[in-house]
Amino acid sequence: MKKWRIAAAAVVASMMLAACGGSAEETTTAATEAAAEEAEAAETEAEAEEAEASEGAVWTFGGLGPITGSTAIYGTAVMNGAQIAVDEVNEAGGINGYQVNWIFEDDEAGTETAVNAYNALKDQGMQMLIGTTTSGSCMAVIAETEADNMFQITPSGTTADITAPANVWRMCFSDPAQGTKSAEFIATHELATKIGVIYDSSDTYSSGIYENFAAEAANQGLEIVAAEAFTSESNTDFRTQLQIIQDAGAELVFLPFYYTEASLVLRQANEMGYEPMFFGCDGMDGILTLPDFDVSLAEGLMLLTPFAADATDDKTVSFVTKYEEKFGETPNQFAADAYDCVYVLKQAMEAAGVTPDMSVSDLCDAVCAEMVNVSYDGLTGAGISFSEDGEPNKEPRAVRIENGAYVMMD
Amino acid sequence: MSSFISFLINGISLGSVYAIIALGYTMVYGIAKMLNFAHGDVIMVGGYVVFLATSILGLPAWAAILMAVVVCTLLGITIERIAYKPLRGASSLSVLITAIGVSYFLQNAALILFGADTKSFNSVVNLPSLKLMDGAITISDETLVTIVVCILVMVLLTAFINKTKTGQAMLAVSADRGAATLMGINVNKTIAVTFAIGSGLAAIAGVLLCSSYPVLSSTTGSMPGIKAFTAAVFGGIGSIPGAMIGGLLLGIIENLSKAYISSQLSDPIVFGILIIVLLFKPSGLMGKQIQEKV
Repeated sequence: MKKWRIAAAAVVASMMLAACGGSAEETTTAATEAAAEEAEAAETEAEAEEAEASEGAVWTFGGLGPITGSTAIYGTAVMNGAQIAVDEVNEAGGINGYQVNWIFEDDEAGTETAVNAYNALKDQGMQMLIGTTTSGSCMAVIAETEADNMFQITPSGTTADITAPANVWRMCFSDPAQGTKSAEFIATHELATKIGVIYDSSDTYSSGIYENFAAEAANQGLEIVAAEAFTSESNTDFRTQLQIIQDAGAELVFLPFYYTEASLVLRQANEMGYEPMFFGCDGMDGILTLPDFDVSLAEGLMLLTPFAADATDDKTVSFVTKYEEKFGETPNQFAADAYDCVYVLKQAMEAAGVTPDMSVSDLCDAVCAEMVNVSYDGLTGAGISFSEDGEPNKEPRAVRIENGAYVMMD
Repeated sequence: MSSFISFLINGISLGSVYAIIALGYTMVYGIAKMLNFAHGDVIMVGGYVVFLATSILGLPAWAAILMAVVVCTLLGITIERIAYKPLRGASSLSVLITAIGVSYFLQNAALILFGADTKSFNSVVNLPSLKLMDGAITISDETLVTIVVCILVMVLLTAFINKTKTGQAMLAVSADRGAATLMGINVNKTIAVTFAIGSGLAAIAGVLLCSSYPVLSSTTGSMPGIKAFTAAVFGGIGSIPGAMIGGLLLGIIENLSKAYISSQLSDPIVFGILIIVLLFKPSGLMGKQIQEKV
């Protein structure tokens, strides 16, 4: 008995140690980084000047996102989508007469890794940041960009607080907006009135969307008949939640979380013989390219996304053709968001008349002043403009999966 | 009523996975008197072996499972030989920490070898699922197979321990290691065999876990591993029927509290019940009470 108690105590102690170790390490890293920052900033400037003198000035846009890991689909799409836009811009003569250089670092969707990757980009002479791709790493990086006064626009970071600093802008809808817009979309398209929700209560992205969805649903006359949670530690078995929602008579199940878990929900609902409508947000984007996933399970699934690769307007067709030619894949919403970021940036930079010899901080001030005047017809919406608070203004759009492909809903 | 039965069946389905993992924990603890925290990660390795064998080598399911059992058994023997055997005389604390180290080693090795992206696992069980009460209740084929395998493993293990010479040697080592040595039992060999069997079981548990919940990543085994360890303690660690009952009860309690109390509170409730059980029955539901002289 005694041995057993000692063992149990040891487990607890080791877990606590592990936890403390983690935070201590973070603090140290942060402190070291803060100290090294000034030195680095000076170095970067010196390097940039050198580069200018030797090979002619260029714009250096940096990008951050996961290109490995469970959310790798997003980061890769941002990297490739922006590359298409940069190639087009360069072909048309660059921005204010200077060519654009697009550099990208893997942040593995982590917080510490993102800050390290951001510093690596600065070492390579980055002047403006298009990133990060995921919300968690974005929250870590905005503190750095704010301190450096580096212009930042995130194509797809949805956490509300990201745009709090004056130098940070956003191309996609924020979490609150996604929850609100989803409820609005379901109500205006009269998809259903009885709604069930499954959400990840251990994730700010998922619970943030849910809270705003619930608030707006009440305004729109939608009835939430069941709202069931799961956590990152119990994210494989959804049968009980689905059963409760089925018993409550939901016609539509709202799934505001990522596609890996959603693929299990769809599979388990299918096994139970439960066939409601399913509706997801941008985290659902990528479900069709999940390796070994039976895409027939996703038939009829709807998701809030500003972009569908099958749309027939000239801009989309041209983008999709180039993307497929270059990368052998159909682009998703993240690629389109990143593409639009480059063009919005171009418009603001041209209006501000900036040149590459300006310091990072002066560039940021000049471009931020012009962002509110931008009006751009992009892949993710017509007449995209920005509010003072850094949020985009555009209509919500959604797609339905038919025969294994996105089809834009009217 | 039909939804209550569904909740119960979901619980049994989850519980049977916990039970089969708990069997491995309880067997190694019962005989070698150590908590093999790497057990959950051996399960993950078993999952990856089957995944690679079926999707890349294109082997049929039975060959893939056989391969996973062989690989995991060898891995178990290797881990025991390298990490645990040199510590045979050391305090149980050192062995425990080593086991945690092995667990992290396996997780990170898998991360390097297979990458961090979640793999979608194709179930190796392809039987029709059982429909009851005009289709109102569905029991998936994976659940049926898991329960059958679990009972089969339990019966075979009990028979093996009680009827064979090696099994008797295991009991002797479990009861008193020093006396067993004096009686001419090769303690090192007996413990190595225990690890081999435990790891072979982990491979089977991995196949069933990944078939029931078809995602595979480097941390696939860790949370089910902790839950199954809890189940083993709940049922009485060291007791083979206890692991089975503990696993099933844990799964059922988890699912019923999710269904009728709150989906967010299910884990606190499960562990709360564990604490209460251990307060009143410190050796678990089916554990042996051993009076220790102080």
